[in-house]
Amino acid sequence: MKFTWFHLMPWPHMPDDFRQKYRSVWVDLPSRMYEPELGHGIYHQYLDQLEFAESVGFDGIGVNEHHANAYGLMPSPNIMAATLTRRTSKAALVVLGNSIALYNPPLRVAEEMAMLDVLSGGRLVAGFPVGTSMDTNYAYGTIPALTREKYAEAHDLIRKAWAADEPFAFNGRYTKLRYVNCWPKPIQKPAPPIFIPGGGSVETYDFCIDNTYSYSYLSYSGYMRAKLLMEGYWKRIEERKVDASPYRAGFAQVICVADTDAEAERLFGPHVNYFYNRCLHVYPGFADAPGYRTIKTIQTGALSQFTQAAARDYPNMSWKDLVDGRYIIAGSPETVRQQMEELIKSLRVGNVFCLMHVGDMPDEKVRHSTKLFAEKVMPHLRHLWPEWNDHDDRFWVHPMTGNRASLKVAAE
Amino acid sequence: MKSRFIKLKPSGTRIEVVEAGPPGSKKAKDLLYLHGAGGHMPGDPLIAALASKYRVVAPLLPGYGKSTGEDDLRDMLDVTLHSLDVLEALKLRKPIVVGHSMGGMIAAEMAAIAHTEITRLCLLAPAGLWLDDHPVADIFSKLPFELPGLLFHDAAAGQKLLTSGVRMEDPEFLKEFLVMNARRLGMAGKILFPIPERGLAQRLRRVTAKTLIVWGREDALIPQVYGDAFKKAIFGSKLVRITKAGHAIGQEKPAAVLKAIKDFF
Repeated sequence: MKFTWFHLMPWPHMPDDFRQKYRSVWVDLPSRMYEPELGHGIYHQYLDQLEFAESVGFDGIGVNEHHANAYGLMPSPNIMAATLTRRTSKAALVVLGNSIALYNPPLRVAEEMAMLDVLSGGRLVAGFPVGTSMDTNYAYGTIPALTREKYAEAHDLIRKAWAADEPFAFNGRYTKLRYVNCWPKPIQKPAPPIFIPGGGSVETYDFCIDNTYSYSYLSYSGYMRAKLLMEGYWKRIEERKVDASPYRAGFAQVICVADTDAEAERLFGPHVNYFYNRCLHVYPGFADAPGYRTIKTIQTGALSQFTQAAARDYPNMSWKDLVDGRYIIAGSPETVRQQMEELIKSLRVGNVFCLMHVGDMPDEKVRHSTKLFAEKVMPHLRHLWPEWNDHDDRFWVHPMTGNRASLKVAAE
Repeated sequence: MKSRFIKLKPSGTRIEVVEAGPPGSKKAKDLLYLHGAGGHMPGDPLIAALASKYRVVAPLLPGYGKSTGEDDLRDMLDVTLHSLDVLEALKLRKPIVVGHSMGGMIAAEMAAIAHTEITRLCLLAPAGLWLDDHPVADIFSKLPFELPGLLFHDAAAGQKLLTSGVRMEDPEFLKEFLVMNARRLGMAGKILFPIPERGLAQRLRRVTAKTLIVWGREDALIPQVYGDAFKKAIFGSKLVRITKAGHAIGQEKPAAVLKAIKDFF
């Protein structure tokens, strides 16, 4: 198993009456709510937490990209990952990822990710999301029905740019470049491992299978509701007659660990509530711009998780509802271990993206929960896929073996 | 109102065409009607009204109704040339070209590009221009229940027209709406998202057609100040304003729109 400690970097100061006052945490929330000087401390606290996660033994540390979003304050995850290359030395840097259709030219992604891979000594996991409709269409103006074509072309360009050793011309529909010449090049050959965040688009299953990419389902609604979607993926894997390595898949899960179940509720209840009722308060009109999803995907019934979230009654869900419904995995180390095992086996995932900073959780609680998970839960989950020797080389990083400069920095 | 299909050469695109006209009259003038982003309404009141005087020919854009071929249309030029191909295939006799909202934007583009072919033009609250001080509302992020108020001066009557009486909260209606809406607005988004402007302003000076512009005084989607902007940009055009009418002006006030067209052409 590979465990990645994943940060969303939410704004922790949304007011109590947030839901009443604002229609959405995303797209049109006035940015006057953001206080830059407070933000300074918050960014550094969040980065410290990611570094702490490496120190207690997580395999990866993760960041992602959002725009005009108060629960995801990383318009550029690459900037965050770059700071992490300096004071970490072991963990994979899981950038999940860059919305490649949004960069102009998308060659920028090939360049920046190559920089990250070189800076980190070959520790980059490259994520290529299509991006949510809120980010891609509403905040960044991409035409919904052309988003996927643009994405496919950007992907093609980036892979070619990494593979080529000589300049070449790229005549795409959306990007035309006479001289594609990616300096620097990534350490990992032919490319860093690539993870694709997906939300149930059927086309994405085949895209991952065709390219040997890991399919990552980034949901906030827990593993029980993810089963149907992941079963669809594994069914497709079977139909395509490729191996069923669990490392072909990953899942994001909100996790809170305390000494006892009761203590978990006391410690984390308010922050979980903040996350579900403020961070996930998205205006349904922004959830799924017409044309963003293919007709085929809509017809298979895969609604955007934000459309689903709007249909759920989060304001009236108690801690017990969230725990019993496995939206969150929370409780004593033993409770968390049992449920994590159930998650890993039932979804058949080799990667878990652990969401352990939740909503407006203060630093000491984040570290407490993280440490308990690393010491008392993770060791028991390491060997759940013995037939795969706990690792699949195709879906994890290959750090350089030579003298690494970043090790020196981290040791100081 | 009847539907037939035409096939465009050489793309093979199949286009659904709604037709209606005055009974028994072969002398009625041809009128090409290009719909807005919402497509035709059930038993479209504007088509019905226009058909009392004209032979109305109303093709559906790819992505709408049973028309196919939307994947090959990506930008304004694609859509304009497609629409000119449709016009040619329909073999109409010097039609009055009427376009509503997005259809008005397309009609204006056609008249700018093929200005020797399109000699009579009627724009009903057309899209296509952008004024920073008067932003056009964002139709793409609207939820179904918000549409009647945005499109009609009389929202309650508008809702009945939009749904032909079906309850909007009905889950079956919503499901069907979702698929239909994704197809239609997915296509419309190629020329309207995120800002419904694709450089028309610099081409309007090429329009030489005799042009009528019609606007609802209560248009909440594209404010009527855009009527003045179109009038200014198209030489010799006339602007008619209709009271107690919203953006779906032809559906809300079909008789008044018919009269304006009859009086002008």
